[in-house]
Amino acid sequence: MLTSSPPRPAPAPAASRTRPARRRTSGSRWSLRLAAVAYVGVLVALPVGLVLWRTIDQGAAVFLDAITGPEAIAAFRLTAIVAASAVVINTVFGVGAALLLARYRFRGRTLLDLAIDLPISVSPIIVGLALVLAFGWTTGWFGPPLQNAGLQVIFATPGMVLATSFVSLPLVVREVLPVLTETGLEQDQAAQSLGANALQRFRRITLPTIKWALAYGVVLSIARTLGEFGAVRVVSGNVGSQTQTVTLLVDERAEQFEPGAYQLSVVLIAVAALCIVLISIIRPNEKK
Amino acid sequence: MGIQALDITKRFGAFLALDDVTLEVGSGELTALLGPSGGGKSTLLRIIGGLEEADSGRVVIDGVEATGIPAQRRDVGFVFQHYAAFKHLSVYRNVAFGLEIRKRPKAEIQRRVRELLELVHLEQFADRMPAQLSGGQRQRMALARALAVEPKVLLLDEPFGALDAKVRKELRDWLRRLHDEVHVTTVFVTHDQEEALEVADSLVVINHGRIEQVGSPNELYDHPANDFVMGFLGPVTRLGGHLVRPHDIEVLTADSAGAVPASVQRLVRVGYQVRAELRADAAPATAQVAGPGGGQAGAPGAASVGRPAGAEPDAAAADTAVQLTRGQADALELRVGSRVWLRPAQHASVLTAR
Repeated sequence: MLTSSPPRPAPAPAASRTRPARRRTSGSRWSLRLAAVAYVGVLVALPVGLVLWRTIDQGAAVFLDAITGPEAIAAFRLTAIVAASAVVINTVFGVGAALLLARYRFRGRTLLDLAIDLPISVSPIIVGLALVLAFGWTTGWFGPPLQNAGLQVIFATPGMVLATSFVSLPLVVREVLPVLTETGLEQDQAAQSLGANALQRFRRITLPTIKWALAYGVVLSIARTLGEFGAVRVVSGNVGSQTQTVTLLVDERAEQFEPGAYQLSVVLIAVAALCIVLISIIRPNEKK
Repeated sequence: MGIQALDITKRFGAFLALDDVTLEVGSGELTALLGPSGGGKSTLLRIIGGLEEADSGRVVIDGVEATGIPAQRRDVGFVFQHYAAFKHLSVYRNVAFGLEIRKRPKAEIQRRVRELLELVHLEQFADRMPAQLSGGQRQRMALARALAVEPKVLLLDEPFGALDAKVRKELRDWLRRLHDEVHVTTVFVTHDQEEALEVADSLVVINHGRIEQVGSPNELYDHPANDFVMGFLGPVTRLGGHLVRPHDIEVLTADSAGAVPASVQRLVRVGYQVRAELRADAAPATAQVAGPGGGQAGAPGAASVGRPAGAEPDAAAADTAVQLTRGQADALELRVGSRVWLRPAQHASVLTAR
């Protein structure tokens, strides 16, 4: 058998976790704490609390009625379809774009990098109008040909998916890209020299490396797509039970002083809260 | 057999990384590519491994044309400076990776991984994650991982570059012994001449995208082709108009044919050695050094210490460094200000300074 004996250094000491330093001056601490609590309280907790309180105040029967009526069921179903489609599209595109940006140098790379951030800075209303211009069935560039092929985009689900994907486009890319950049190419190249093809490397090396960042990006996207209102409003036509998502239905009920707006809001808030809990579970794993 | 890299040229933008380089590595040899950083040695290794594509030229591995074949089908083991450990996999799974990709039966994988972990002495660490290993252990894991698939050639890119001096030296000895057992054709890149001289069967000195010299460590040390190779492989000093190694200079207490008179400027004891810095007398008419290249007028007091890798002769640092053992220094009764005569030792490698 082989006999060479390498050195045996002592096992590496476990990495010691260092706490961030904290100031202890009590005066400034108290005033800062007060300011922060008041700020979050007035801006977030109070309004959300009021919505909750209004819902509870109206009772369980009203709540059930409001969220199980035919309009509400249709809105929930449409929201689920639109959000799920947009999240899937952006996950695939986001991972692809992040890989492209992290691993390749090409003409227009900087432009692509900047363009990905555009949806965050542009108002959703403008996104909606732009999509109508491009896909509208009489005026749009792509509208008439798609219409002839039997696919209606504007005032239909495809347009709503497009609008929702547009506004949530950067979320996955921006989570995954830094992890890929930091990891570098070496693990991938090591796997390649060990015989792994592109698909095997993606599945066995890249995906496990980015999984927490990806999960975080997906949860963020879910939260964002469920809540999307502006762009969807422009492209959907807002027809009750047909092209009306939950946020649009909330808006309609609130505008028309119909009952049930707060009850629907509570459901959306509950989902958002769940997303935040998921994020807080994912976050520590991401920073390894 | 072995590796042939023929007429390789590679540019990165305007930078010429490799300029028509041809390299042949014998089967089963342990070869070091040695040179300063940015000289092109890593690029050449990556081209052989298929991780980089040459602009022109061919690569033949074990008699099989490898040009244009992607890395995953070249059958090469590659070891990176920063280990490239698969962070989400245990040590065991890291080593098993190549075998799992090749869909070997489970029992065979298990046997082979155990064998390799034993070889690199990590058997008790099989279930650890790479983050729980020291740098030296991670690099041994990476080596086991590369060897697991029984590659035709093993390529190591500055394998010990990220380790501290002590571990580095231990792993270096260990690599040498490992190679004596496994006998896989191995090429490793280093900028550390000591590492290359100690470990390799043959050295390839690369600088500015060209191969400066190829040969055994002793050949290159004793008969450097030019001042770059001489300077890169060890300390060099100037004596008259020549480059000589500091330990190849004879110090005489009386004038003798071909010797240069000098006075001691400084004496530094480094452990069991004494380094003397001397200044040659400004006597241009008579100061001559007898070297293999024939006697030549030395520039007045022109001598500079160190590794003149392209360094200009500097009249201000007009010193010759001489390395002596303590015994020699004591026997010569060297003191600061002593008058002595210097000449290259009989078998010294001497190059004419440019």
